[in-house]
Amino acid sequence: MRYHDTIKRLAAAGVAALALGAAPAGADEFTKADLEKWRKEFMAVVAEGEKLFHSGKLGGNSVSCDMCHPNGANTHPETYPKFQKQLGQVATLRQMINWCIENPLEGKPLPLDDPRMIALEAYITYERRGVPLEPGKH
Amino acid sequence: MSQSKITRRSFLKRAGAAAAAAAAPMSLVEIAWGKSDARNFTFAYISDSHLTQIKGAKFVSNFDKGLKRAIAEVNFMYPKPDFVVFGGDLAQLGKRAEIDHGLELMSALRAPVKWVVGEHDFYLDMGEYWADKVSPLRYSFDHKGVHFVVLNSILTYEDWIRKWKTPEERMLAMARLDNPQGSPFIVGDEQLRWLRKDLAKVSSDTPVVVLSHSPLYKVFKPWNFWTDDAEKVQAELKRFRKVTVIHGHVHQVLYNQIGNISFYAMMSTAWPWPYPVSYTQAPNAVPKLTVFMNRADPHSERDGTGWGWLDLDSGRVNMHYELWENTPRTVRFDAAKGHPADTVYQDPAKRIPPQEHY
Repeated sequence: MRYHDTIKRLAAAGVAALALGAAPAGADEFTKADLEKWRKEFMAVVAEGEKLFHSGKLGGNSVSCDMCHPNGANTHPETYPKFQKQLGQVATLRQMINWCIENPLEGKPLPLDDPRMIALEAYITYERRGVPLEPGKH
Repeated sequence: MSQSKITRRSFLKRAGAAAAAAAAPMSLVEIAWGKSDARNFTFAYISDSHLTQIKGAKFVSNFDKGLKRAIAEVNFMYPKPDFVVFGGDLAQLGKRAEIDHGLELMSALRAPVKWVVGEHDFYLDMGEYWADKVSPLRYSFDHKGVHFVVLNSILTYEDWIRKWKTPEERMLAMARLDNPQGSPFIVGDEQLRWLRKDLAKVSSDTPVVVLSHSPLYKVFKPWNFWTDDAEKVQAELKRFRKVTVIHGHVHQVLYNQIGNISFYAMMSTAWPWPYPVSYTQAPNAVPKLTVFMNRADPHSERDGTGWGWLDLDSGRVNMHYELWENTPRTVRFDAAKGHPADTVYQDPAKRIPPQEHY
């Protein structure tokens, strides 16, 4: 419902702007400065993910993700979701990140929307940039 | 050259629950290769155990289990290996507690050990404890007509060594494989002079086996699968007819031929590393010759890990990879082709889907 309200309000504002002779402010309008800002926001999360990925404190036994996955290699983010034969179901990358935290790292799983989980996903995916999506590939 | 051919079959009895059921046959084709003191022999190779202290007497059990299993299986080898090479990275962060723990586990081996130092054993105290308690950092020995040279190939540049505030900081920086602030390995000019002097007394028809931790060639700089002055080492080895380099560090099946030198790497007992082809942001020089080991199943603690045993046939090495969760593989020098070749999978038509890495 909130979405519809927003649309209505934006439409009303647009009409008002037109009435005043100003340029219409479309929802998809953004500047180079915006792009730069969003890029920085994203890279800050990637940097946080890189730290967590190399931290012996993410899990419980001082083992870190990068010990098996230098530069996030061999994580294949472009193949998820996919059937994970060991789990007997289609799983997401975040589920596999938690599997690694719980098993080789002997730690506690993160909530799937935890900012640390998002940061790990951002780093892993960023290190695999440019590789075409191949969902389901084994 | 008189050649006598004897085929000897023996069996490796596997340790653990599957001991009774599973036995991996080892078949040795032995060819005497002529020199008066030459006799065929076998040695084992264990590498990269990365024993990691959590706190006090608590160590990462996964990595302990890998080394213990390799030791148990080597002890079951028949015929017994003449010696066991440990390929380096016994410890994770070079701590005395980790090296002591490693020595304690390794003391169960029923064969003498030839030690190679790895960067994880070295950069906390620049090899002081290793040299004091474990082994010299470089040395050579002769065994049944073969000249063995052990190199400390994980040295690096002085400026980098001095840039860290504490030894712990330096160790952590070197321990991180993908560290953009890392530094490439070198053998160094002083050691190269030692090598030249050591080899001066060896005739060109004597088989030479060099044991190092890092590959003595250049595979992938971002992960230090790399020795910066490798070409200088290769030049010292150029006049020998049969030269083999065996190294650890890369945690994977890897083999190559450069000029007269055959190269073989060993898996880790702790965990496997991806092939650098799996990292798409930097170019690599992974040898085209290598048929990759199977992609590891993350749900199996011991997959992609293992140990190996080697026999010397005509002064060349036959490498037998004991992969714990996959079919064992043998890579031997193919005299007709002049390079190492997998006895089963070298032909692209014979390869299997798990060998494809992407």
